[in-house]
Amino acid sequence: MQHLSNQSRRRFLLRSAALGCSAAASPFVTPMTFAAAPWDTRLVVIILRGGMDGLDVVRPVGDDDYGFHRPTLSEAGSALDLDGYFSLNGHLSALHPLWQQGELGFAHAVSTPYRNKRSHFDGQDMLEAGTGMDVGVGAIRDGWLNRMLAKVPGVTARTAFAVGREDMIVLNGDVPVSSWSPNARLDLSPQGQRLLEGLYHDDPVFQEAGNTATELAEMLDMSSDSGVGDGDGAMSNEMMASMRSAGKSARAKALARFTAERLNEETRIAAFSIGGWDTHRSQANGIKRSLGELADAIVTLREVLGANWGKTAVVAMTEFGRTVRENGTGGTDHGTGGAMVLAGGAVRGGKVYGKWPGLADGNLYQDRDLMPTGDVRAYAAHAMRGLFGLENSVLESAIFPGLDMGDDPRILL
Amino acid sequence: MTPSFQTMAAIRYGYGLSPLVPPPQSVGAMLGLLAGEDTTAHNYPIMSFTQRAEEEVAMGFLRRARRKNEEGAADSLKIANRAAAKELMRELRVSMIRPIVSQDGFRERLLRFWADHFSVAAKGKGLRFVTTGYIEDAIRPNITGQFSTLLREAVTHPAMLVFLDQVQSIGPNSNVGKKTGRGLNENLAREILELHTLGVGGAYGQTDVREFAELLTGIYYNFRKGFSYRKQAAEPGAETVLGKSYSGNKGRLEDIYAVLDDLAVHPDTARHIAQKLAVHFVADRPDPELVTHVAAAFSASQGDLMATYAALLEHPLAWQSAGEKAKQPFDFLVSSMRALGVRDHMLTDLPFGKSRLYFSAPLQVMGQPWLQPGGPDGWPEPVEDWITPQGLAARIQWALVAAGLWGGDTNPRDFAQTALADAADDELRRLVGFAESRVEGIALVLASPEFNRR
Repeated sequence: MQHLSNQSRRRFLLRSAALGCSAAASPFVTPMTFAAAPWDTRLVVIILRGGMDGLDVVRPVGDDDYGFHRPTLSEAGSALDLDGYFSLNGHLSALHPLWQQGELGFAHAVSTPYRNKRSHFDGQDMLEAGTGMDVGVGAIRDGWLNRMLAKVPGVTARTAFAVGREDMIVLNGDVPVSSWSPNARLDLSPQGQRLLEGLYHDDPVFQEAGNTATELAEMLDMSSDSGVGDGDGAMSNEMMASMRSAGKSARAKALARFTAERLNEETRIAAFSIGGWDTHRSQANGIKRSLGELADAIVTLREVLGANWGKTAVVAMTEFGRTVRENGTGGTDHGTGGAMVLAGGAVRGGKVYGKWPGLADGNLYQDRDLMPTGDVRAYAAHAMRGLFGLENSVLESAIFPGLDMGDDPRILL
Repeated sequence: MTPSFQTMAAIRYGYGLSPLVPPPQSVGAMLGLLAGEDTTAHNYPIMSFTQRAEEEVAMGFLRRARRKNEEGAADSLKIANRAAAKELMRELRVSMIRPIVSQDGFRERLLRFWADHFSVAAKGKGLRFVTTGYIEDAIRPNITGQFSTLLREAVTHPAMLVFLDQVQSIGPNSNVGKKTGRGLNENLAREILELHTLGVGGAYGQTDVREFAELLTGIYYNFRKGFSYRKQAAEPGAETVLGKSYSGNKGRLEDIYAVLDDLAVHPDTARHIAQKLAVHFVADRPDPELVTHVAAAFSASQGDLMATYAALLEHPLAWQSAGEKAKQPFDFLVSSMRALGVRDHMLTDLPFGKSRLYFSAPLQVMGQPWLQPGGPDGWPEPVEDWITPQGLAARIQWALVAAGLWGGDTNPRDFAQTALADAADDELRRLVGFAESRVEGIALVLASPEFNRR
């Protein structure tokens, strides 16, 4: 059978070249030694899938038109004052102490360059590809975090980690990265592993996934020693236990814990997603769960990272914001400008960044959405420049092609 | 080397080879089965949406009673919930048995294709227990007729109206809108244009979404009261969608059907459906020639699905470049059990706990929780989305369990022949023969790239 499209063959060869080893090399034959990453700062990117309503999360209560456009949503639940103009949605109250300590900030009225069709799926693809409308959705299939890895030295397969069962396009690309879900396991005898390696030898996609799986299962101690052994048809207790643990779904807290544990080892960059933001109706209630997940994730990262939290920046971004006016069903529809969340000990928090466009009727984008005055990519780029010492010229070409970073908003300490 | 027609037909267009069911012998035979009676559904019934919706209503009453702390309500609700969850698990088993035993594998694949195209996620909004019924009522009987019928049945089905919030959407200038201050919700209108018909690259804009959303107002469903068209909630006045005006001045259900009928035969829709079929069955990046051929047949027949499938199967490109696609987790589980010779009775009475352990939990770790895609766009197609370290580990893990449960005393080399026939190369036969145990040898066949690709 012909297994390899030219595309995947090229991708694999590029990956191998980046690794500096031959295509046939395998981690089993050549155990990798993990040199410490060339830097000590950490970046976590959280993709908020579904279109987070920035206007409900960071509420512009100081804008006279806010209550007019959102008669019920502006009054829903509680809100905590941030800076006298903006208030924090009460479902994020667990994060308020971080704001007070300067470890939490936001950028408002920001968006990707994606415009007008307001499709979740294209919007997310563009957010993760980091491209502009000139390139077109889907034209570039790798992610900006992966292209960033190509520009820094000393990167190993563990430097960056995609966490959870979803594919993280933002980390896809030619530079090898790791990906694992906290509830995945693998039990196979050493002989079985060797044979599998043989089966996967000529299929780069399987070879790469298989090698990483075996290696990670071992490293994370998620395999049992016994395997299935005698072959009498019975499942071992370990197998049953592992199947059971597999049934538990990984919530944000579990993803964040796993992420922080990796970042406390040799990993420096990680990405995962939190979904459920598509609040077309009954938003006051519908947004609760996702905000709780976001708060859990950030609080857990902080707790498990310990001293490393001080060297960490967390950037949470979404594909688009939502309509300024609440719709007829207590929710909001797909919009344009929104908010991004910045957290971490390395972040200069306690501030809502960005240029507020105002919510008066004439100021809305296409008379319906929050007018974007900033590009989410610019904030991510400034964060990466500060954390990893990348040049503007590299950030504005290879990583975010066509981006104008603009003045430094100084979001890092 | 391209495998034989029989092997390709079974693996690419069905649920794989089986020691019990012969593979298709020709395109004509495949289309003949598809055009005939759906005996599989008849032999292995699944409850209709209406039946499950009645239970949902009863559970709604129980939930309200519990909120009011009525005596016994909490216990009754617990019992009802458990029974519904049990039935859902039974439906998962039946949904697996059908493609495991059926000779009409192409029908079963098409069912999953269309259920994905018209995805309704079985979570929240009272949909957890009724989505199987939606697929059974709205999708399954309509996959061999006109696309317009399938479209209408799917997007105006109660499950879809609830899933994409249409039941909440009110014409702002309608009587109900003026009285209550409630208004539009664009969700369903947008997804019909973007996902179900024209595709995101199609010839529509925000104004079309808006006007279409206004036209859709009035269509209504409630678990207790059922389906209705509420004229007093429909936005008055004509609406223009893709340059054509609908709904003179009176809100009518017929106008909604009229716009759906026009969308169903739009050239962008033909292209979108042809592209999706080719991507699902042939390759992540299919040859444009194949897509054009299928789209032309769709257009020429005004969206006749049998003619569209025939165009796909008759084209030489549909039988080339084997192994470009990865089986999705559900298909991986089903084709494994089919290859292992699992018989219907071995699943029929499997208890709830074991069903969860063997099927629903592994599907989750493989990245495809049963009937719960992340959004209305359904599951992703690319190989790289499924063959991830964590996803592959879950497949290997499950293969070990399946081999232990159903492998019996089969020799792994014989199993390679049963499961893959001429799609297995000598190296695969050689390697699985070296396994330490029969279980591991069989699991290796199931975990091999040859078995996981199609």
